[in-house]
Amino acid sequence: MSALMSVPVAGRFGDFGGRFVPESLVPACGALASAFAAAWADPDFRAELDDLLAVYAGRPTPLTPARTLSADLGIELLLKREDLAHTGSHKINNVLGQALLARRMGKSRLIAETGAGQHGVATATAAALLGLEATVYMGERDIERQQLNVLRMTTLGATVVPVTTGSRTLKDATNEAMRAWVADVGDAHFLLGSVGGPHPYPWMVRELQRVIGDEARRQSPYVPDVVVACVGGGSNSAGTFAGFVDTPARLVGVEAAGGAAMTAGRPGVVHGARSMVLQDAEGQVAEAESIAAGLDYPGIGPEHAHLGAVGRAEYFTVSDTEVISAVRRLARAEGIICALESAHAVAWVLREAGTPLLPTGSRVILTLSGRGDKDMATLGAVA
Amino acid sequence: MTAKLLVPYLTAGVTENWLDYLLAVQEAGADAVEIGLPFSDPMLDGVTIQESSDRALARGATVASILRDVRGVRDRLRVPLIAFTYANLVYRPGPAVFCRELADAGIRGLIVPDLPLDEAGEVSRAAEAAGVELTLLVAPVTPDDRLAEIVSRSRGYVYAISRMGTTGERDALASSAAALTARIRTAQQRANPDGRLPVLVGFGVSGAAQVAEAGRAGDGVVVGSALMRRVLDGATPHDLGAEVASLRAALDRCDQEDSADRTAYAEVSGHRG
Ligand SMILES: Cc1ncc(COP(=O)(O)O)c(C=O)c1O
Repeated sequence: MSALMSVPVAGRFGDFGGRFVPESLVPACGALASAFAAAWADPDFRAELDDLLAVYAGRPTPLTPARTLSADLGIELLLKREDLAHTGSHKINNVLGQALLARRMGKSRLIAETGAGQHGVATATAAALLGLEATVYMGERDIERQQLNVLRMTTLGATVVPVTTGSRTLKDATNEAMRAWVADVGDAHFLLGSVGGPHPYPWMVRELQRVIGDEARRQSPYVPDVVVACVGGGSNSAGTFAGFVDTPARLVGVEAAGGAAMTAGRPGVVHGARSMVLQDAEGQVAEAESIAAGLDYPGIGPEHAHLGAVGRAEYFTVSDTEVISAVRRLARAEGIICALESAHAVAWVLREAGTPLLPTGSRVILTLSGRGDKDMATLGAVA
Repeated sequence: MTAKLLVPYLTAGVTENWLDYLLAVQEAGADAVEIGLPFSDPMLDGVTIQESSDRALARGATVASILRDVRGVRDRLRVPLIAFTYANLVYRPGPAVFCRELADAGIRGLIVPDLPLDEAGEVSRAAEAAGVELTLLVAPVTPDDRLAEIVSRSRGYVYAISRMGTTGERDALASSAAALTARIRTAQQRANPDGRLPVLVGFGVSGAAQVAEAGRAGDGVVVGSALMRRVLDGATPHDLGAEVASLRAALDRCDQEDSADRTAYAEVSGHRG
């Protein structure tokens, strides 16, 4: 297990990862990898980040027993509450780390892509805090369905650029952010929001998110049987898994049925990394389709592709319908309204509890990656 | 005469009659033609080539249909074709199969902008085995030692990305273009003073004045978005040919002015129309 979740050699996780970027971005990716390695080994940087995570972002987040659901389902369910972190999701963990790094590298601007808007809000927040400029690329379709987050970003002083190409969702916003980075690679840091992209992003973002798993491991009275999290690009799950990869716990990632890169994808190269990708027979990338903007993405981080290939983690899908009822059931049972993204993990537990995949009596830690305020309009529209 | 090379770019499959554009630019004096195999996520392309790629894909163009089209006009093609596409279209069938298919269609070169030196090994071996020239790209930010290695591993041409940015028309040619081609020349001289690959300047070159300026900086010029903009706006193959002819004339003029005071350099190897 020691080869897993460690520092990737040459940016590789088994057959996956790498740095498939235009030559114009290669030096910047190299400089970023060195800068992150140095910062991550620097106790002063770590102390500054830990301090911000505590006094600004509200860490550690609690590990809450889901008492009613546990009793109903015949399992022991603990919820890792990333919904309670500042800005309302786990995205802040990664963003604070990268924004501090950007400042340390002398960058004046942050460029980010966003789907659900949570990563965009976190980026806008860190930019405001640290006195940096922020430009966030967001698909037009996501702008329509995540209005609240668009308003939060502009209130925080960020510029939100609508992306009108392709499926007008996260995939296209990521293309546009990378194009913008090529044009301003000297002054701008590309603050990627998940564990995809060229080396060093998959490694760096996982390290910045491992605080989720490390905390949960300390907070939990036991090593659970199953650790479960939703998977879009895969950052909240990678951060959660990092805390348990060296235990016997099963690691379960839950994808949206319409964005299931692990379950329905094939190896491919998109957004700078070789990983699993939804695509057609000739290699055109497919458009994902999910009610959760943050999971509406045809790719996944390369470390997940590797964890899946070697059998260390398992990946499943749930449907939009299951997700909607999971939000409502969690809300009524526990008094927690989670994000549509996070509800994928909840939906899997609701469906599988008592089956061979999740036998009665299982002890489960589930990462609730974010809060659901942003999704109230979407939920209201599906009665 | 070592005339400057003019290499127009066309998105393959952009219209039903895209081969007519290909033949028209050949007749108008192209030395080679870059044909874009449209990809769903063209990360290094600006709005014009994004739009032409989307249009081609929406028409149902596929790599297979495009290569079939090309095979159909093979006996009328006198200039080399260079495929320009993204890594995923190469990896999906596998680099060996992909390169063999290019070769079978008579395509001579391959450019993959999201396949930098460090990742190019497998594709480079597959290209060589299939007799396809994999041209690597150099950017203004590429450090000298890396630049020297790219120059030595590139085949067919060396591609100088004129500016930090995507493809697309710009008001002026970036000053980074001439600085970059000079650095490439130095590396080429050092590695092999007796022969060197032609240096093509591309990305954001549009209009006769910029073509002439880019031609002075390198051995040739790639013009893409400026031509595809015309196609998207409804130019006929004849119109596009006329545009390319005027670029040809501008490039030849710059060449004549230039050769008067140019010190002879080693004979340029590589493609000649
Ligand atoms: C609340 C929430 N959870 C999960 C995700 C998916 O991202 P990842 O898989 O990187 O955790 C998002 C992305 O926008 C999100 O907002």
